[in-house]
Amino acid sequence: MKRLYLPAVIVAMAMFVAAPFRLMSAPDIEVANATSGVLLSYKIFYYHVPSAMVMFLAAFTSGIASAVFLFKKKPVADRLAAAAAELAVVFGLIVLVTGPLWARKAWGVWWQWDARLTSTLLMWMIFVAYMLVRRYGGPGAEKLSAAMAVFGMANVPFVYVSVNIWRTIHPTTQVIPSLSPGMRGVFWFCVLAFVLLFVLMLAVRAKLEERRADVERLYLLMDEE
Amino acid sequence: MPMFLKVAWLVMRKDLTVEVRSREVVYTTIFFAVACVLVFAFALVKEGRPLDDAAAGIMWISVAFAGTLALGRTFERERHSETLRALMLAPTSRPAIYVGKLLGIVLLLLVVEAVLVPLVGLLFHAPVTSQPLELAALLLFGTIGFSAVGTLFAAMLVRARSRDVMLPILLYPITIPVIIAGVRGTAALFEPTPAVDLAQMWMALLAFFDIVFVTLSLWTFEPLMTE
Repeated sequence: MKRLYLPAVIVAMAMFVAAPFRLMSAPDIEVANATSGVLLSYKIFYYHVPSAMVMFLAAFTSGIASAVFLFKKKPVADRLAAAAAELAVVFGLIVLVTGPLWARKAWGVWWQWDARLTSTLLMWMIFVAYMLVRRYGGPGAEKLSAAMAVFGMANVPFVYVSVNIWRTIHPTTQVIPSLSPGMRGVFWFCVLAFVLLFVLMLAVRAKLEERRADVERLYLLMDEE
Repeated sequence: MPMFLKVAWLVMRKDLTVEVRSREVVYTTIFFAVACVLVFAFALVKEGRPLDDAAAGIMWISVAFAGTLALGRTFERERHSETLRALMLAPTSRPAIYVGKLLGIVLLLLVVEAVLVPLVGLLFHAPVTSQPLELAALLLFGTIGFSAVGTLFAAMLVRARSRDVMLPILLYPITIPVIIAGVRGTAALFEPTPAVDLAQMWMALLAFFDIVFVTLSLWTFEPLMTE
């Protein structure tokens, strides 16, 4: 694991450097603006969708790890959940910044109370709350935050359904299978780069959390002596 | 199973007895909810005419705010004399204790709503009596959903240092679907011609939410409350 880490970091960096060049050479599809009919480029999609995928991956990692922590009481699951929760916030922020940038051009507004947007925002807020509780909750905060992650995960389908009853203008998941071959390769390249980045950051963050726990335990031992 | 129900019933009766003797939480919560509606009335009623659809939103916001207050106060009382610990030490099933606390909170909030709803009807010209059964069902399901999450988190927060701040931070993001469904369903009922089938659809979503979240709470209450 340790020996693989540095090469993996180098590969991830190389992929992120290569991504813009690959994007520029990919064939473009253009989407008409909803109101003015001006054709728009689609490039932001290569960053927006992979970070959204990674955000949900991080959120579900955190939720499942929290459930494992609650029932099996394994500290390693708690550390993994905490690391994944922070990454869900980071990647969620990327999604929530790149999305409105595109929406402003494509839909003419920065934000719509659409099902996908609302559920993403809510999920992001749940993990921000997770971090707040963990940081400021005092003793027993791990359990509180674990409950937050479990309930937050169960919550997302409800938000999705309840907002979906109004209407949806966000491009659907049908977009990805319909990509032209040239675009599909670049798209999955970007997804792979983001997932690799996520795994690397998760590993290093969980390790850091483990060290922190060690230091805390040593301090407690010192106090006892 | 009868034992489970008996424990839940006893916990609820204990909470209600304490409350009936002091009436502290119910009076303060009602007063807070009324003040909340009045503030909204000053902000949103212009020249005697309220904004369209405002009534439903204000009703549910007031319920959510008052509910947070009631949850905090109820568990503060348990913390004060360490009675929650005593409850947890009792040799019974813990989910039963949760159900008892939940029923107590739901009953309390229903009393608050009984004052709140007519007031909203009065100040915002909302037709609260046009579909009384549907409105009552929406309020009941919404209150159960809100309290199911709230009781669990408030019980866990009893030991936390910053519980007053943490409760809303944890509770509001998770209960957003309840608020959405409650507000939309109530707004459908407050239309000039009430859209009953639309309201029933929201009611079904609320009922589903209640089932999932009560089940999830019963399932996690035991590991969460173990020290």
